[in-house]
Amino acid sequence: MEAWIFFKRTVRMVFVGTKVYYLWCAFLLTIIGVAITFYVKQLDAGLIVTNMTDQVSWGLYIGNFTYLVGVAAAAVLLVIPAYIYHFDPIKEIVVLGELLAASAIIMALMFVFADLGRPDRFWHLIPVIGILSFPNSLLAWDVIVLNGYLVLNTIVPIYILIKTYFGKEPIKKLVIPLVLFSIPLAVGIHTVTAFLYNGLAARPFWNASILAPRFLASAFCSGPAMALIIFQILRKTAGLKIRNEALFKVAELMAYAMFINLFLLGAELFKEYYTATIHLAPMKYLFEGLHGHHSLVPWIWSAMAMNITAFLIFLIPGTRKNLITLNIGSLLIIVGVWIEKGLGLIVPGFIPDPLGEIYEYMPNINEIAISLGIWAFGLFIFTLFMRIAIPIQRGDFVHSKYGKVDIKRQYERIKP
Amino acid sequence: MKMMSMGAMVALSLGSSSCTQVNVEEFLQKHFREMTEAEKKEVIRRLEETYLRKYGKKFRISTQPAESGALWGYGLDLSRCIGCRRCVYACVKENNQSRVNPQLQWIRVVRLKKGSLINLENAEHYYHPETVPEPGFMYLPVQCQHCENPPCVRVCPVQATWKEPDGIVVVDYNWCIGCRYCIAACPYKGRVFNWSEPNIPADELNTDVHYLGNRPRMKNVVEKCTFCVQRVRNGRYPACVEACPTGTRKFGNLLDPSSEIRYLIENKRVFRLKEDLNMEPKFYYFFSA
Repeated sequence: MEAWIFFKRTVRMVFVGTKVYYLWCAFLLTIIGVAITFYVKQLDAGLIVTNMTDQVSWGLYIGNFTYLVGVAAAAVLLVIPAYIYHFDPIKEIVVLGELLAASAIIMALMFVFADLGRPDRFWHLIPVIGILSFPNSLLAWDVIVLNGYLVLNTIVPIYILIKTYFGKEPIKKLVIPLVLFSIPLAVGIHTVTAFLYNGLAARPFWNASILAPRFLASAFCSGPAMALIIFQILRKTAGLKIRNEALFKVAELMAYAMFINLFLLGAELFKEYYTATIHLAPMKYLFEGLHGHHSLVPWIWSAMAMNITAFLIFLIPGTRKNLITLNIGSLLIIVGVWIEKGLGLIVPGFIPDPLGEIYEYMPNINEIAISLGIWAFGLFIFTLFMRIAIPIQRGDFVHSKYGKVDIKRQYERIKP
Repeated sequence: MKMMSMGAMVALSLGSSSCTQVNVEEFLQKHFREMTEAEKKEVIRRLEETYLRKYGKKFRISTQPAESGALWGYGLDLSRCIGCRRCVYACVKENNQSRVNPQLQWIRVVRLKKGSLINLENAEHYYHPETVPEPGFMYLPVQCQHCENPPCVRVCPVQATWKEPDGIVVVDYNWCIGCRYCIAACPYKGRVFNWSEPNIPADELNTDVHYLGNRPRMKNVVEKCTFCVQRVRNGRYPACVEACPTGTRKFGNLLDPSSEIRYLIENKRVFRLKEDLNMEPKFYYFFSA
């Protein structure tokens, strides 16, 4: 009965909000609507409506998938210090970080679904009714760990929030092991995703042992960067209580991660360029262009510039502890890593193709529209999560025994 | 709004065509290797009906299994190949590949400058001379190499592709989910994808087909060379072997000591493409001169 009342109240909560909230939701729903029309077109005509071909058989969808797995994995960066070092200012944002991870995983899974030629045969992947080729296929591993991570990152924050709503402390013996388990699982989802590419002898660009460490390092930059921006927006619009001190701590950890990321990239560049075997070709295509084809060159150099600038911003305490430069750095990382881990990682894997053919790929309007739709859907889910989570954490949305129900007050802006 | 999007999702998952009895049966169809003989018969009957309705032609769909004692191997004499691509077009015709949008071919003949064989980066895929062969060049036909250790089979998340007992790597087109992981895993470009509904002129259809081979495919599934499974299991050569005007292409049973392919392996200096990747292809290249 109590659960039913709680459920009814959360549903009511989602439909009530400020003007900004309504506008934001309408904006996202419009994008989703447009994207659905493009997806229907893709379902009807086939993947021929994309710019993918037999030469470059994965593109924007799989690039976004890879990036978002990284964002999801990075929730761990918020969890580790909170639970292991008892760093209190971060603790209050763990719930939000995990919900961000859950939203990112939902988006990542949707990108795989968008890329799937036969979504109607999705059930073939479900063990028992279908055939999941575990442990042979790394894609089967990915299906398992991603769904496990999604469940974990949904259950833990929801449990904490429900407990808070009823004015009780979450049972530590239950929560802490689950949260600790999510740390290796976060490393796991990104490692498995890296191995997905890494394990292909046919693609020398991916078949380098440095791939998984590079994946982790870049994820620990992009995920927290996204969290930093989102938490500040929520602080302004939804009255999320979060201290600057916590933001600066996260930024410091990001500086280390970016250093490792750049170092690993340097190690890879050295090996490929100094030995200069025929396996240099994809790297050369990415950074210099190959046989007159260089559509990715400006992209990767912009990404390099962004990542290095952001690294310096986060390294120097003066710029790290200034909200304006901190936000510039975060945006640079979000975009820089997106290029590096998205198109910059997937496309050169296919160029040149195994028989030496070069086909240049750039996504077309169908792929861009569907991708934007998935991003909008993820942000929409996250917005709804926040609509419930923040008032609960702020103590405004609690069981009637502990506070008066006042929907109006629950979304009023509160000065930080 | 939420309800609307849910409704849309359900509608999408059912596909754009109307939800008929046949569609439901096709949707629920089991993996080929898990079907009983009776279930196979039923699926074949339904497929033949579908093809009759779709193309106006009576198809004969075989499910003939591999015979024991057969392990098929291929030989290709690079000294003889003149790069005419007759094999490519014979294959397209025999195996009902989509002709346009997308144009799919299972055999790819690349032109190499003499002096280079291993580094394919300078290979020309789209050569169009008046006559072949051209002086200064050699030609390298590549198709599925039917590896003993096939990476495409290993990566498939739903086991929609596998190696048959006679060594042929096949695809269950009705089980493939279209993720294209196998295409990424293949070092020989042995697989192509039906990016849309295949386009085959009705009068050019080959109606003598095998379930795991040249039956017409559907959109968004992968396909590949099957050594013409529909022919070789009936004692015939693959279409490319028959079509070659120069005798470049050889085919036979690797387990039969008196077969031509065994003779070639023992008496010619054969090599396999990208042997360093350890995938153990059953496709042997050699130079007779």
